Amino acid sequence: MKHTLSVLVENQPGILSKVAGLFSRRGFNIDSLAVGVTEDPTVSRMTIVVDGDEHMVEQVEKQLNKLIQVIKVRVLEPGRFISRELSLVKVSCRTGDRGDVMKIAELMQARIVDVTTSTLTLQFCDTDERTETLLDLLRPYGFKEVVRAGAIAVEKGCH
Amino acid sequence: MFVYPKKQHKGVFAVATGAEIMVKCLEKENVRRIFGYPGAAICPFYDCLSASAIKHILVREEQNAAHMASGYARSCGKVGVCVVTSGPGATNLITGIATAYMDSIPLVVITGQVNSWLLGRDVFQEADITGACESFTKHSYLVKDAADLPRIFKEAFHIASTGRPGPVLIDVPTDVQNQPVATWQYPEKANIRGYKPRTQGHALQVKKALAAIAEAERPIICCGGGVVLANARDEMTAFAKKSGIPVCATMMGIGVIPMDSDLYLGMIGMHGRESANLTMQQADLVLLCGARVGDRAVSAPQQIAEKARIIHIDVDPAEIGKNMPVDIPIVGDVRQVLKSLTEGVTDTVPEAWKQKVLDYKNQFPPRGEPREDFVEPRVFIRDLSAMMEDNAILVADVGQNQIWAARNFNVKEGRFLTSGGLGTMGYAIPAAVGAKMAKPHRQVVAVCGDGSFQMAMCELGTLVQTGTDIKIIIMQNGTLGMVKEFQDKLYKGRYIGTILKGGEPDFVKLAESYGIRASFAKNNAAAKEQAAQMLQQDGPYILVCRVDPATPSI
Repeated sequence: MKHTLSVLVENQPGILSKVAGLFSRRGFNIDSLAVGVTEDPTVSRMTIVVDGDEHMVEQVEKQLNKLIQVIKVRVLEPGRFISRELSLVKVSCRTGDRGDVMKIAELMQARIVDVTTSTLTLQFCDTDERTETLLDLLRPYGFKEVVRAGAIAVEKGCH
Repeated sequence: MFVYPKKQHKGVFAVATGAEIMVKCLEKENVRRIFGYPGAAICPFYDCLSASAIKHILVREEQNAAHMASGYARSCGKVGVCVVTSGPGATNLITGIATAYMDSIPLVVITGQVNSWLLGRDVFQEADITGACESFTKHSYLVKDAADLPRIFKEAFHIASTGRPGPVLIDVPTDVQNQPVATWQYPEKANIRGYKPRTQGHALQVKKALAAIAEAERPIICCGGGVVLANARDEMTAFAKKSGIPVCATMMGIGVIPMDSDLYLGMIGMHGRESANLTMQQADLVLLCGARVGDRAVSAPQQIAEKARIIHIDVDPAEIGKNMPVDIPIVGDVRQVLKSLTEGVTDTVPEAWKQKVLDYKNQFPPRGEPREDFVEPRVFIRDLSAMMEDNAILVADVGQNQIWAARNFNVKEGRFLTSGGLGTMGYAIPAAVGAKMAKPHRQVVAVCGDGSFQMAMCELGTLVQTGTDIKIIIMQNGTLGMVKEFQDKLYKGRYIGTILKGGEPDFVKLAESYGIRASFAKNNAAAKEQAAQMLQQDGPYILVCRVDPATPSI
């Protein structure tokens, strides 16, 4: 099962390797990891999606907390947070297919950001599930490249 | 693109260089001794050290600097400090750092590093030591600006010694050591946002634990290294006495309760005493105190947890539930938690259970009979134990000698030091030197095998040079006994790589060449007599015992 963790860390060099190293050495599976500075420039937020059971997530949380540069770890409750993932999808697209791909883009509310004679590039920002749906719909046309940024998440309401 | 170093310090009115600040910071932390091995990249620091009252102990190989600092830290409870140069100096130290990490020993480790503008270019003696040690340091720093040194040193000592202790690494490039700093001040306190270890156990959890103890019919306490680290020996004894619950220990928890105490059942685990293991298997309540449920101590945690309720007290929340499912977790300083538990506990342990575990203890007495053709090591350790002072420190190396020592040495008011977590051979001699320096008025004896002795025998130079009075026992059986035992049991006696015989020095002559008195004992009577002489004499001594290679660990 997938779990989303929101981790506040000191905005210092080396912390990313410490977190990544922790996951690999303890055998935790990272699904995605996205990191960026917060409203406080000395603090960064990592959104980490891990795949595993309750016991593993508990260990991930505790082990992350042991890192000196980690300030706070929250395991986000399912249904209580908003999660978005940015992706750029370059699809093979000959002239005859272009209309179909554009329809899919319109239907899924993806933006077309680049067009060439043989490709279409879509920008898509939505949940993990919706991204999977878009990719399923585009797969028959052939992917040139798929670039996914990893999920970022925020809790609903006034947390 | 090559970036030339900037002359950024021009015009700065300097009060100190980075290296001077480093030495001053150590003085502010009341560091008296530092164990190390110099090299080009740490020379500025060494030069400043010469003007300080801090005593430098020159080891013969860098790994042993960490072991000595570790022995020092374990015996006196203060942070041990060691220093080496960049590259091979730092990489040699890694095993020592990992050893301290696995046993949660507070160390501050200083490494020199190449000039910061050359970092990442693979220059002479460059090694990414903060990267290499990431998984076995509690925290590490690569210093980029000498002005950060006071804060970093304050934080390093704070992190190393509080919460669950551990080694902290400070990597200082040569140019940072030479960097002039206009003004500096050693901070009063470390303030780290992400590091606030919890000490007081949660009152509700303590209450739940007391209720579980009252309901239990077959309770047992399992005492780990955390009890020693928390300096909670008296509190543990008081709790065990008041509650009447029998106690077993992991290897790192040996010595919390004297072996001859009625309450104490011995060491648990793969090499543990039957009395302790049988009790553990039948318990309906296990109180884990500062024990991390390592595989050598508890091989099947799930099985035990199925039969018993588990209370787990640890200062490190990540240890709770890591290897064993827990019913009542208590995060906090073991000493504080034991105090709270002792206040509320009464002796509700059924007499039948107390009698049963005592019977187990009598049913499985220590093994081995004195021999005339060899020194029977288990008997000898018991003889040695009886001869040594009550507050003596015994340092066991790793291998069969460790198990003989762990199972047979009676720690009364002293200490039992060993590398329990990482199991590092060659640990005993340097750790014993460090321990003796911390407690100069106590007897310190190192027990080694002939394999582990040869891993650290270069340190005889250090102990002679520093005039450290430690006694060393070599259990010589011409083999790497522990592995050979595995080969006997699991690989049908196909020995490979476990025979030392044919390549060993004459240990007595070797000792004498260093000016260390030594003798050779071929049976128990001789060993006992020579050990008595050894303990009476001033100065280091090596006692070589001829041991039958067929003698088992347990």
